[in-house]
Amino acid sequence: MTITLRDPTSELSPQTREPLERPDDLEGLTVALLDISKPRGDVFLDRIEDLLAQRGAKTRRYKKPTFTRVAPVELTQQIATECDVVVEALAD
Amino acid sequence: MTEYIIVIKEDCPTCRLIEPVLGLLIANRTVEVTCQDNPSWPDGITVTDDRALARSWALGIEIVPTLIRLEEGEEVERTEGWSRADWERITGMSLTADIPDFRPGCGSCTVEPGMGEKLAVQFGQAQLHARCLELGDDEDDIEACFDRGWSDGLPVVPPTDLRVLRMLSGTRRAPDEIVGQVPPDYATCTVEKVAINAVMAGCRPEYLPVVIAAVEAALVDEFCMHGLLATTYFSGPMVVVNGPLARAIGMNARGNALGQGNRANATIGRALQLVIRNIGGGKPGGVDRAALGNPGKYTYCFAEDETHSCWESLAVEKGYPSDASTVTLFAADGLQGIIDQKSRTPESLCRSFAAALRVVGHPKMVMAADAFLVVSPEHERVFREAGWSKSRVKEELHELLQIPGEELIAGADGIEEGLPEKLKDQTLPKFREGGLNIVRAGGSAGLFSAIIAGWGASGATGSSPVTHEIKLR
Repeated sequence: MTITLRDPTSELSPQTREPLERPDDLEGLTVALLDISKPRGDVFLDRIEDLLAQRGAKTRRYKKPTFTRVAPVELTQQIATECDVVVEALAD
Repeated sequence: MTEYIIVIKEDCPTCRLIEPVLGLLIANRTVEVTCQDNPSWPDGITVTDDRALARSWALGIEIVPTLIRLEEGEEVERTEGWSRADWERITGMSLTADIPDFRPGCGSCTVEPGMGEKLAVQFGQAQLHARCLELGDDEDDIEACFDRGWSDGLPVVPPTDLRVLRMLSGTRRAPDEIVGQVPPDYATCTVEKVAINAVMAGCRPEYLPVVIAAVEAALVDEFCMHGLLATTYFSGPMVVVNGPLARAIGMNARGNALGQGNRANATIGRALQLVIRNIGGGKPGGVDRAALGNPGKYTYCFAEDETHSCWESLAVEKGYPSDASTVTLFAADGLQGIIDQKSRTPESLCRSFAAALRVVGHPKMVMAADAFLVVSPEHERVFREAGWSKSRVKEELHELLQIPGEELIAGADGIEEGLPEKLKDQTLPKFREGGLNIVRAGGSAGLFSAIIAGWGASGATGSSPVTHEIKLR
């Protein structure tokens, strides 16, 4: 059954949650490159890493154990503490 | 066209008693019989099945049986219970069944405990004004409240319509009545919004008047809620409740009064914090800039033990009659204990208190932070036996807390912190006038009292304690 709650806030914010604010540029930021373990994800991320390096961005590589499950909490925590933005290689 | 509606339930002895009267009426009048609990009763009568209570709710039935007379579909008259004279007058019939002339009815199913709000949710007009948020099918309701940033870090009770309507039953104030503008966003706060946050905090409906009073007190300019929220200092709002209502709702003023375990203490203080967070928009890391905060920023609320005190209560000191119920808000830090297990004279005990109070904020800080001294029963006994009033204790402490400027100036005692050199020859009081408050609370054993120090900015430059009467209904 769908649950409906009453908003406890001043309703100054929109009802739908906004995604986190995106940075204007990558200056001084560390970019996580997350391979979700789909085939050729590494090829895609190698290219992205090259392009980011050309723009002077720092990168770090991570890999999920399997694309069939969400990332382990330890991995998301590691990425969150070590990096500022994430690029995920979703495609085959 | 239906001339009469009769609402009954089988569970009601009076309804069962008048069964022969129903037969008489149906034979001679156009009657709709509505039954709340059994659509196949009474035998041989066509009955409107009202087990869902929609019909009874729409008709505003409080007692069964109820007889209603209609003219052109509109109600013109009703009677509740069984009175032969009334029923004969309304129906214009002689109702000569062999039953007593009078029997009171029973409560309608619509007025069973908690049913009113349930039916209001199902069948009522929209009474709530707050935005509805529909959760996703796979969303856990408590997690959803965390996800939306509504929580202080602990689970909240999800504010469903039913819970909010039940909470609102704790006050007669209209849901859309404006309580004030809550900082830091200065967003408009209604009684309904307070009720929603009180639900989330875990309050019972009878606590709601206390929560509303606490919010009103927090919004008084002298309390300076905006600055208190924004400060890098430890403080947050503490609520002291006085008067008969504190006892009526079961607040704890005795053992562990400042600790965990009492629902009213725990949830009233928490509700105030959630109002500041959710309605005012005041969140840690946002406008709340506290360097460390204190655990009381989850909840900080207790009652003064007036029943066994030899002293006048905080509320009476503030000018309220002893039968008034009040909240007093104080910009409070954490708690510092005072141990004195040997003083048996008020003079000695006051010297202990003064030595402990001297260090509030900083040993060299004067007339900055206020403080609450929470005196336990075993310490109060020392004053009681010596016949010392609360004001005498305050006067004694005031005298003991006159501090020579040479001890307070920067550099004294090898401590760079301190007052300007020019104050070296003055004597200064630790507390501004009226800055030290005393209340009595605590368990019967333990020669300990407590100092609850206040925000370093007190009085006109910051926050003053604010006492506000609780409007019961």
